[in-house]
Amino acid sequence: MSQRPRGPSDSFRHGPLAVSTSDEGAGDSAGTAVQAQGLTKRFGEFTAVDAVDFDIEVGEAFGFLGANGAGKTSTMRMIACLSPISGGTLQVLGLDPMRDGPQIRSRIGLVPQDDTLDLELTVRDNLYLYGRYFGLPRKQLRERVEELLEFARLTERADQRVDPLSGGMRRRLTIARALVSSPSLVILDEPTTGLDPQARHLLWDRLYRLKREGVTLVITTHYMDEAEQLCDRLVVMDAGRIAAAGSPSELIEQWSTREVVELRFEPEGHQVHGERLADLAERVEVLPDRLLLYTDQGDATLDAVRSRGASPIAALVRRATLEDVFLHLTGRSLVD
Amino acid sequence: MSFFPQLPSAVATRQRRARLSPALRAYQYNLLAYKRTWRGSVTTTFLYPVLYLAAIGVGLGHLIDHGSNQAVGGVRYLWFLAPGLLAGTAMQIATNESTFPVMAGIKWLKTYLAMLAAPLEVTDVLYGHLAWILTRVALASGVFLAVMAAFHTVPSGWAVLAFPAAVLTGAAFAAPVMAFSATRETDQSFVVLYRFGIVPLFLFSGTFFPVAQLPGWLQVVARCTPLYQGVTLCRGLVLGHLGGWDALGHAGYLLAMLVGGVLAARVTYRRRLVQ
Repeated sequence: MSQRPRGPSDSFRHGPLAVSTSDEGAGDSAGTAVQAQGLTKRFGEFTAVDAVDFDIEVGEAFGFLGANGAGKTSTMRMIACLSPISGGTLQVLGLDPMRDGPQIRSRIGLVPQDDTLDLELTVRDNLYLYGRYFGLPRKQLRERVEELLEFARLTERADQRVDPLSGGMRRRLTIARALVSSPSLVILDEPTTGLDPQARHLLWDRLYRLKREGVTLVITTHYMDEAEQLCDRLVVMDAGRIAAAGSPSELIEQWSTREVVELRFEPEGHQVHGERLADLAERVEVLPDRLLLYTDQGDATLDAVRSRGASPIAALVRRATLEDVFLHLTGRSLVD
Repeated sequence: MSFFPQLPSAVATRQRRARLSPALRAYQYNLLAYKRTWRGSVTTTFLYPVLYLAAIGVGLGHLIDHGSNQAVGGVRYLWFLAPGLLAGTAMQIATNESTFPVMAGIKWLKTYLAMLAAPLEVTDVLYGHLAWILTRVALASGVFLAVMAAFHTVPSGWAVLAFPAAVLTGAAFAAPVMAFSATRETDQSFVVLYRFGIVPLFLFSGTFFPVAQLPGWLQVVARCTPLYQGVTLCRGLVLGHLGGWDALGHAGYLLAMLVGGVLAARVTYRRRLVQ
């Protein structure tokens, strides 16, 4: 990694993207990119975000997990200074979003849920014009655009219109666009929703690279594997509140057992078997199509199941994942 | 390999950033986008004035001039019509540009939202777009005046002032229509606006014939419409027969619409874009 010149009183020292804040009174929040206390968002009678507290450290990848309507996007929009807060306090890069919105936005990159690309313009023009919104000088911007095209693997498409591009390409372009001003904080609202696995992995790779450069990433997602892959720490949101917080492994440790035994019987037998086997695991969950036994010793539990004479059609021992935590915390019923 | 190898320090960058006012950056987007897509608007901007002046002004005007032209103030019909069309075209282009493109900014392409994610404010987005719309009106009005000159329909030196008058006419429509567009969920309302607003205005505000031809009460209505102010102002300047106070009155009316429209748009834009 190369080192860009930085001011002597630089408070963000975590990477080459770090932005000097010496002239902007980062104050005591050095090291903290986003700080929220009692943060609340109301739309009329409806409370979308209900007094949440969280701190996002500089240089970390921080995730907001939640079902649709859990309050993730509202939280994102407040951090991005797009939506005024209804209550509590919020500091972004040491500044007040209500007062310093444009200044904060000049230092963050936003990847919104919907790509806000101009479909009639070329890939290159989309990047260039967005850079002009930040007032970047033309020459510097033109060089920057070429770097970003390379980064997003869109160099060969640079002079094509956006309209015919695939979802994955558009997403990469939107991410590249968010980086045009070399932001120290990048906010990604469901970056990979609707993409195929190849496109998702390419995007994840690009996000890793950003993280290695010291960029703070704030990501909302409802994909658990994405959260496990990308996030150092995350919060699980449910109905506007934070249901749990921690690193992916901490959350699994705290809210789930180490392993899960999945058993499949004849469908009508699940309830009966669930009751019979309840004492073999810390927790048993009966689903319409299978039985989940939460346990720290998967193989031993499965042996115990078999020694009771239960003969499942299929049996599987797996490690617990964030998805188990998530479903445990937020329930299995459909939200919308 | 680093991803940001060549960038100078952020502080220096920020100093340079401060040079261009944010609204101008929003304007620039439209300008650059137009450079890429201008071909689509060539007919409305350049061809229509020629067609209208040739068909109605010269063709129909010939018939009228052979009868009695007393009704149109004793001038050739083409002279009467051209400045009216100038104002009418300014209105149409302003309205076109403040309906569908505003909806595109909010919903279809979401260009407004992209600007707001960058360090632009709602007022920057509004002023930048309004300035762009007025550029389009100015472009069309300039071309129209040039075509008028080519048809020898610009008898007075005051006609120079018809250019800002036409732009003002466009502005008087653009701002309130932008304010209205920002409140709409679909483009259905734009069709209604055209059918019951713009088209009747275009036909009955003295563009094609003097409002004195209308029945009494309709005359009063016609004289109160905004396009009548624009038409009368442009015609008076082109033909050089407008009194100073009359000119100020018409211009004041249009200016009031512009200011009122901007104030309304500041409210509707904020309500729509900041939630």
